[in-house]
Amino acid sequence: MTKFALSPDREKHVEEILSRYPNRQAACIPVLHLCQEQNGWISDEVVEWVAARLGLSAAHVKGVVTFYTLFNKEPVGKHQVWVCRTLSCALRGADDILHHCEKRLGIHVGQTTKDGKVTLRTAECLASCGTAPMIQVDKDYYENLTTAEVDRILDRLIK
Amino acid sequence: MLRQTTYLTKRYGVPEGWTLPVYERDGGYQQAKRALSMPREALVEEMKAANIRGRGGAGFPMGVKWSFMPWPPKPEKPHYLVINADEGEPGTFKDRTIMELDPHAVVEGCIIGCFGIGAHAAYIYVRDELHLSKARLWGAIKEAREKGYLGAKPFGIDYPVEVYVHTGAGAYICGEETSLLNSLEGKRGEPRLKPPFPAQAGAFGMPTTVNNLETIAAVPVALAMGGDAFSKLSDLHDQKDGGCRLYGVSGHVNKPGVFEACVGLTLRELIYDLGGGVKGGELLGVIPGGSSCPILRPDETVNAPDPKSPLHRWHGKNVLDVPMGVETYRALGTMLGTCCAIVLNKNTDIVLAMHNLMRFYRHESCGQCTPCREGSAWLFRILDRMVHGEATMEELDRLHEIADNIMGNTICAFGEGTAMPALGFLRKYRKEFEEHVRTKGKSGTGRLAL
Repeated sequence: MTKFALSPDREKHVEEILSRYPNRQAACIPVLHLCQEQNGWISDEVVEWVAARLGLSAAHVKGVVTFYTLFNKEPVGKHQVWVCRTLSCALRGADDILHHCEKRLGIHVGQTTKDGKVTLRTAECLASCGTAPMIQVDKDYYENLTTAEVDRILDRLIK
Repeated sequence: MLRQTTYLTKRYGVPEGWTLPVYERDGGYQQAKRALSMPREALVEEMKAANIRGRGGAGFPMGVKWSFMPWPPKPEKPHYLVINADEGEPGTFKDRTIMELDPHAVVEGCIIGCFGIGAHAAYIYVRDELHLSKARLWGAIKEAREKGYLGAKPFGIDYPVEVYVHTGAGAYICGEETSLLNSLEGKRGEPRLKPPFPAQAGAFGMPTTVNNLETIAAVPVALAMGGDAFSKLSDLHDQKDGGCRLYGVSGHVNKPGVFEACVGLTLRELIYDLGGGVKGGELLGVIPGGSSCPILRPDETVNAPDPKSPLHRWHGKNVLDVPMGVETYRALGTMLGTCCAIVLNKNTDIVLAMHNLMRFYRHESCGQCTPCREGSAWLFRILDRMVHGEATMEELDRLHEIADNIMGNTICAFGEGTAMPALGFLRKYRKEFEEHVRTKGKSGTGRLAL
């Protein structure tokens, strides 16, 4: 096991984050985001590093990690494709979009393509109901989708 | 009555509308500057007169909430302003537009809000998925700080104000204010017991006001116009429900989107005049303000013979023609919520619609209280059996029982937010549910999309 440590740039960012709050614990979620950005997921080494850096118990940090959907508890693909499936999107064809993604990528929801490029996931309401159906790819929203547009988006990711 | 306004959406669609020069061209930050030179009490009175009902769903009067803060602030107990932008209620997509298209209104609202409640720091809690919103807010904060509108002496006035963006990590429950505070403090986002209320012990154990993002963004407009004049924009001014607000409409309509109008718009106007009408046929039902609000049927009429009822003026009329207000909708047995409606047309399989939402609640229950954790899971499990044609009539009745057992037995309102819409579906579409069970699912269309 390699020991985890944040890169110097990100480490500087931690200092700035800490300056926003009256205590160190409050930086827990933002710092975990930074770690995930670097490491791709939150391993036990990351949990221990964050705990030590912020003066928290590893149990506390682990508890936080397991509470929130967006912290990856295991390694994931290079890109995350989230298909919103909640009612407003479902009324406008989210199920078709999801099945199309599964077919195109050759995987089921929750799985990662064999080359490790894409993990397909479903999301609960992403606050994009007026522009449904939609998917989120990493940090970007793609809205008012058709299956043809989904193809174009996925092709860029897997090529 | 439909009266569209552009007080909150003036810069929507304007090139670079989210930048400081455009905001200042429209008179931006003049109200923050003015507020910081006002007596605090006068500011709070002005906000009370504006009758801004919380836009996050609970509809609590904002000015009254501000007045709950202990006064004067004690030096060892700093006050905090926390803005709830954890927008995640299914069907709701209004706060995101403000953050993306008019972030300076939020920052200016935060400066005024901080002064009104005696705080020197505001945290805007944005759900992590909204990356553009976070970037626009941070951009606005940076611009405002560089101009000297934030920091140690905003506008040269000795009242330090800092505004920060804080992100969650994907948990609907963090939109509940005490859960949000735990999340802000770097904990699991589990709701807290009230009391103590946030005004006594909120963020970091200090007196805190939590306001919805749209609520705070309306503050500069309300102050510029004057509280009373702002309130009188609304048809429901006499019910202390004032101003203008954002309305959203999604699902089976021809023109889904966010619109700004005076308070008192009716659902019919939202669906047909703003939303362009029902897509693909007749209306089956409308979830009026986010998925936690019980559904309304288009054939319901208002029954309010009592002259004291807030609904009496609309006695005998169709529910779609009742102005959307906090009190009117409560009296209808639903909730105004976030004013973002989900429209379902006649071809929608109502069992599938409920199944979709119950899956959401099962996923998002934080698991702290047993009735909600187990109840939401059972609601979904039985509905899943129903969708697959396996449920019995006894199980249909059991859904009522499970929902009843959640109500009132949980720490936070998520429990009611699950049980109330569940009971709404079951009571208002009983015939459809029975038919679905009897025919083992064959009576439904089996589709949500057109």
